[in-house]
Amino acid sequence: MTENKPNSFRNQPDDRGHFGQFGGRYVAETLMPLILGLEKEYKAAKEDPAFKAEFDDLLEHYVGRPSPMYFAPRLTEELGGAQIWFKRDELNHTGAHKINNCIGQILLAIRMGKTRIIAETGAGQHGVATATVCARFGLPCIVYMGAEDVRRQSPNVFRMKLLGAEVRPVTAGRGTLKDAMNEALRDWVANVHDTFYIIGTAAGPHPYPELVRDFQSVIGKEARAQLLERTGKLPDLLVAAIGGGSNAIGLFHPFLDDPTVKMLGVEAAGHGLDGDEHAASLAGGFPGVLHGNKTYLLQDEDGQITEGHSISAGLDYPGIGPEHAWLKETGRVEYTHATDTEALEAFQLLCRTEGIIPALEPSHAIAAITKVAPTMPKDAIICANLCGRGDKDIFTVAEALGVEM
Amino acid sequence: MAPAIMTRFTDTFSRGPALVCFITAGDGDTAANLDAMVEGGADVIELGMPFTDPMADGPAIQNANIRSLGKETKTADVLQIATDFRARHPDVPLVLMGYANPMIRRGPEWFADAAEKAGVDGVICVDLAPEEDEDLGPALRAKGIAPIRLATPTTDEARLPMVLDKSAGFLYYVSVAGITGKQSAALADIKSNVSRIKQHTDLPVAVGFGVRTPEQAEAIAKVADGVVVGSALVEIVAEHGENAPQHLCALVEKLANAVHSAR
Ligand SMILES: Cc1ncc(COP(=O)(O)O)c(C=O)c1O
Repeated sequence: MTENKPNSFRNQPDDRGHFGQFGGRYVAETLMPLILGLEKEYKAAKEDPAFKAEFDDLLEHYVGRPSPMYFAPRLTEELGGAQIWFKRDELNHTGAHKINNCIGQILLAIRMGKTRIIAETGAGQHGVATATVCARFGLPCIVYMGAEDVRRQSPNVFRMKLLGAEVRPVTAGRGTLKDAMNEALRDWVANVHDTFYIIGTAAGPHPYPELVRDFQSVIGKEARAQLLERTGKLPDLLVAAIGGGSNAIGLFHPFLDDPTVKMLGVEAAGHGLDGDEHAASLAGGFPGVLHGNKTYLLQDEDGQITEGHSISAGLDYPGIGPEHAWLKETGRVEYTHATDTEALEAFQLLCRTEGIIPALEPSHAIAAITKVAPTMPKDAIICANLCGRGDKDIFTVAEALGVEM
Repeated sequence: MAPAIMTRFTDTFSRGPALVCFITAGDGDTAANLDAMVEGGADVIELGMPFTDPMADGPAIQNANIRSLGKETKTADVLQIATDFRARHPDVPLVLMGYANPMIRRGPEWFADAAEKAGVDGVICVDLAPEEDEDLGPALRAKGIAPIRLATPTTDEARLPMVLDKSAGFLYYVSVAGITGKQSAALADIKSNVSRIKQHTDLPVAVGFGVRTPEQAEAIAKVADGVVVGSALVEIVAEHGENAPQHLCALVEKLANAVHSAR
């Protein structure tokens, strides 16, 4: 049950993996023993100083953490309100926040003696990050990717291949992230004995939402310390884009019990929430069960999952991590959305004002900032997660802007 | 438990090894296909509820789901197919098999009530782990519908009691750690796993996944209480369309003879 006034927003999930009424373990029986084994192993790893030491060491020397905290002066001036700061996870090795989680999960896979890695990917960032850690640790890697995403994220497909991964295009459904995840689950069910599934977002059966959040929380922990040091106070507002919700929960979670810090998650509104062509599961969906967890889903009245749309392949998913579903219901985090057009404008705005080419995913967060920053006082502080860089998106953006390359 | 329902399962399995036949609702002329399977000798019918994301199914059943949804099959249509089947075949146990989301979309009570009115005896919810039983189990049991659980090669000794707890009708032993389709398990493994399971339960144990031929069916019937055939039948529906009933009847007849020969 959802509590009205929890003492802490940071003590979820319960021991069955439930965040209020959300989360849980909805998988085929073949996977259950494995999921339970993973949970046990993760608990042990959390208590093991050697695990943490290796994770921290790789994040520092391989990923390049801590990522900078950057004050954006010209964007702030342009919007004329609150100060805008960016947590620069786009400067990580491989160009997005996804690598934080992959480092954690591959260390778990090795602990469990698994010798084969599978992953799903949408934008290809998680696929690249997984292929990267597999190369680093010498494990074979298979990445399932929707055929449509293979097309619109071709640079990342080539990156994965260079890193030695096998990319398997998935043609079922609309050929996007949801279909890739189905196929990865099918592979996993058939190869449980030697295979570890590195899930790319804070969703899936328990304990994935919890462990992905914990690995990504490095973002929020660093941000909290950096902002306190640089500004002498906590931020007034955190903003992050939401696909499955891993970069957002990573930024938000360490601040959840700081009551003065407001938080805004930004879903992809695609062509707009009045039609079907969007990927805003909280704004336009209903609770249901998919991919191992109970959460808000885009679905019809019969419980059939409807296909989302977003210009950003990384946000094009009809569900959302269960912790966000819970945070929405408790009211602790506010959720809004940005359309394809708004994200494209924000993308160009950041290029022009700060000399940073953002990925289309965080461009949604920036679009939300352009609306809220002007309404806030000049001494207020907004911190947004710049969770990915835009190199992978230049072809999509060129196409959308009608530019021949 | 409502007596009529449990009686259908008990009567059926008391006659010896049973043939359980699966097809996807709304793929082809489902009523005619079901009748053909009963005519061929199917003892239990599993009617698949189509879902957009059948994560535990291989290409054959995935495609059946896509074809069915492509023809706009609704939950109401699946329930109507069940209702009509029950009217034509008062004694054949009928099981709905599918994924959690379509079953709980309008609330578990709504679904259990509708299934009971349609004359359904049991429900298999592929992605509802026993750990999440409360999402559907209590509602089904309140209506006397058997929640049929799956056990797999990965279900170890420690976990079996939890899987069996509150399960009813029969136990579905998934003989391969994998998705539905062509891969099949070694008979020796099936035999040892079935006898392992039977030490923990009096429920009949039906074995499925990868069973396609009468030879396989006969061998499994010698070591289990039921044999489940799905993909092989769904492929016939795909291949023969409106002419599927005669082909289904022919294959089911061979399978049924093979299974019943072990009686
Ligand atoms: C740069 C970037 N940001 C955000 C996302 C969305 O995922 P999440 O909501 O889990 O952070 C992706 C997914 O591919 C991504 O590549």
